[in-house]
Amino acid sequence: MAKSQSAALDRKKLMADPVMVGTIVVLIAFLTLFILYPLAILLVDSFYGGNGFTLATFQRILAMPSFTKAIGNTLKVGFLVGLLSTIVGLLFAYVEVYVQVGKLVGGLFKVVSMLPVVSPPFVLSLSMIMLFGKAGIITRFLLGIYDNSVYGFWGIVIVQTLTFFPVCYMMLKGLLKNIDPSLEEAARDMGASRSTVFMTVTLPLLLPGLGNAFLVTFIESIADFANPMIIGGSYDTLATTIYLQITGAYDKEGAAAMAVVLLCITLLMFAVQKYYLEAKTAATLTGKASRGRMLIADRSVTIPLTLLCGLAAFFVILMYLCVPIGALFPTWGYKFSPLTFKWFGQVFSKYKGLKAFKDSFVLSLISAPITALLSMIISYLVVKRKFKAKGFIEAVSMLAMAVPGTVLGVGYIRGFSGGVFHTGFLQGIYGTGLILIIVFVVRSLPTGTRSGISALRQIDKSIEESAYDMGADSFRVFMTVTLPLIKDSFLSGLVTAFVRSITAISAIILLVTPQFLLITVQINEFAEKGSYSIACAFATILIIITYGSVLLMNLFIKYFGTSKKIKEE
Amino acid sequence: MAKMKKGVRLDHISKIYQDPKTGKDFYAVKDTSLTIEPGSFVTLLGPSGCGKTTTLRMIAGFESPDEGEIYLGDEAINALTPNKRDTAMVFQSYALLPHYNVFDNVAYGLKLRKVPADEIKNRVMHILDLVELTGMEARMTNQLSGGQQQRVALARALVIEPSVLLFDEPLSNLDAKLRVSMRTEIRRIQQEVGITAVYVTHDQSEAMALSDNIIVMNKGVVAQMGTPQEIYYHPVSEFVADFIGEANFLKGTMDCLDGDHAVLRVEGHPARVPAKEGMEPGKEYTVVLRPESAALRDEGGLPCTVTLSCFMGSYQNYHVTVGNTLVKLTDYNPKNKRVYQVGESCSLAFDPESVHIL
Repeated sequence: MAKSQSAALDRKKLMADPVMVGTIVVLIAFLTLFILYPLAILLVDSFYGGNGFTLATFQRILAMPSFTKAIGNTLKVGFLVGLLSTIVGLLFAYVEVYVQVGKLVGGLFKVVSMLPVVSPPFVLSLSMIMLFGKAGIITRFLLGIYDNSVYGFWGIVIVQTLTFFPVCYMMLKGLLKNIDPSLEEAARDMGASRSTVFMTVTLPLLLPGLGNAFLVTFIESIADFANPMIIGGSYDTLATTIYLQITGAYDKEGAAAMAVVLLCITLLMFAVQKYYLEAKTAATLTGKASRGRMLIADRSVTIPLTLLCGLAAFFVILMYLCVPIGALFPTWGYKFSPLTFKWFGQVFSKYKGLKAFKDSFVLSLISAPITALLSMIISYLVVKRKFKAKGFIEAVSMLAMAVPGTVLGVGYIRGFSGGVFHTGFLQGIYGTGLILIIVFVVRSLPTGTRSGISALRQIDKSIEESAYDMGADSFRVFMTVTLPLIKDSFLSGLVTAFVRSITAISAIILLVTPQFLLITVQINEFAEKGSYSIACAFATILIIITYGSVLLMNLFIKYFGTSKKIKEE
Repeated sequence: MAKMKKGVRLDHISKIYQDPKTGKDFYAVKDTSLTIEPGSFVTLLGPSGCGKTTTLRMIAGFESPDEGEIYLGDEAINALTPNKRDTAMVFQSYALLPHYNVFDNVAYGLKLRKVPADEIKNRVMHILDLVELTGMEARMTNQLSGGQQQRVALARALVIEPSVLLFDEPLSNLDAKLRVSMRTEIRRIQQEVGITAVYVTHDQSEAMALSDNIIVMNKGVVAQMGTPQEIYYHPVSEFVADFIGEANFLKGTMDCLDGDHAVLRVEGHPARVPAKEGMEPGKEYTVVLRPESAALRDEGGLPCTVTLSCFMGSYQNYHVTVGNTLVKLTDYNPKNKRVYQVGESCSLAFDPESVHIL
């Protein structure tokens, strides 16, 4: 059987749509140049010496004890963080979905799930040091311990767990809600106790989802740069080792080879997570729950669980609050009153705060709409259209999710500092704001694309087909039907991209040149130097900006969003 | 609507799909040729997976055929994208644009064609009047009932005055009563406008009520084409007979010819049926007997035993066995008739003119 005619006709139909063809071509060029190529150049550079193929670079870095130790450190931290985050996340999710809790605790949960989204990545490291470090409020002033060290393995594990467990919580919450209550009721009806039901019904159904959550946090932990940088002390992970290899040892080939190793680890995890576990999760938990679940109101269950989660949530919130409060103390660790705004003043008077905020703000503001639009276009193409290069576009934009920022940063250095393939082509963008914007876009693209894809999958395919059938071309269909229908997803993608960009550090810290002052880089610098008050003041203003933009978005969606009006029956 | 009516012609059309489970290619539609006359209402009827929707989507342009050519009027349209084809489709899920109100939904196609605003207004209002939705222009689509949404979808397709109107199981999301009244509506409007219509359904009564011609499809090929009467009274295969209405199949060996009738031996008993050309004694033939064209008597037909007798209001439902063959009967208006009970032996009688030989 030959499908050649339909293939030829489909191609002809596609070519009759120049806007669409142009978009696809531009998209492929963008993804190839700014995602695939930087990764490819890392491979090339680490295997290609002056005269042909060589393993010398790998031999050299594997002979460094600091590097092999960093691999072990990274995996150890990642494993433990993945495990702890999944357990804590499951506890929170279970309590929210299954247990009758008070309004207060419910509110705390919402705040906890929201905080990591709007905060710069290293906020918890800062507050960890300020609360439990040598001069920490809790350790030194409440408990009288003078030599507590938060730096190192446990510091990273605790901070990362607190940072990443909300991700697991949100994922598992979604899955638990999809479990049909009648399954559990049937088990209860046949005589199983509540704990037996949990062990024999709920948990087995959830198992692939738990594996999924574990791997997602594992990857996040491995890729995390900011926290190990601030609270790691001498305990180096791969991300920080690579950074030091470039900024300290000026060994770009070595860093490239290290980046390849880090990339391989995350890619492997990502492949397992994406193609094995995600499919399994979808297979065991399909469809919607048939009706509401009877919440557990038994006091012997609700009180301990509420207490436990309430305390945990309270602790997390306290950690976040520590940053703005810390910025108000005259001298952290010594003098706590009177509260003062002097650090905020110094941010602007002494440390060029205004320029830092302006630079970060402007770059993020430019990259956010590009990211949002790009991710909506990719989602539209992936979900609604069929054409040959679709698999490529989908795979590469998802691939970006598995690439740690540090790896991307090294790839951009290797890939663009001497121009594309060291030919000088496009060398001009290196060191400019443009490359920073591109990095911002690439870093936020996967999140936006994923939310766009899930939003579009909810929309009946025939709605767009009907518009197409009425005489609209692809461009008109996208503008008049697709985009209005996923307006909310677009808006939240816009704000997420903005927030992610303005709080980004891992890739950007390797690429930023002195002409740009970025807030996150500043915070990192002051935290490194031990100037926690200044770091806190910077971070507080940053949180205000990000939280403000999220609030603004929610308001906007509430009054101008279309989806709500559409969804109401 | 002074536009020239156009027909549709499919010339040896095939469509190949890949089975997602086995990865093997198969024909969703195979070597199908058919002609739809301008202004006629034609239904593609068949069970799910028979290729009817694929055929419709190829006419609309959403799918490309692997073999053959599709003509709209005299124009070959294989390479045209859906938005360039002069067809308009009414979707199963209505596919109304949820962010527009009724007026804007109907006006959408006209705006794309850059029709002046006041003309848009006139035409939309005229069509809304035709589908009896006047006064609903400002409603959002989710404020409408299923039947009203279906009318909007129909209005939207009609207003751009396409050459061909395509329906993809448009009534299957409505409840039974509404389905019946909507199909009358669709037929009325189609005849008023005089447009060519291709209608996909798996509901045989819908097909009967609507169509000038029915095309029965099975496993990707056309099983039979014809008027509803032709297909009901003269099905060409057991599949068609069984799919359109209910049918009993009596197998019998031919004894002899008797004028223009033939005598078949069914389960050992003689039965007179109208003779078909080329019938030979000794060969086995299948008789299609509709449940309403036979009746139970005390004697004088094929001897049978009642296995089910069930009062359904307007008719009495019987199952009887003639030898090893099960026959289903519907006896209308049973009030003043003798009702046979389960286990009774009686006789199955039918008028030779009301059966059909395959």
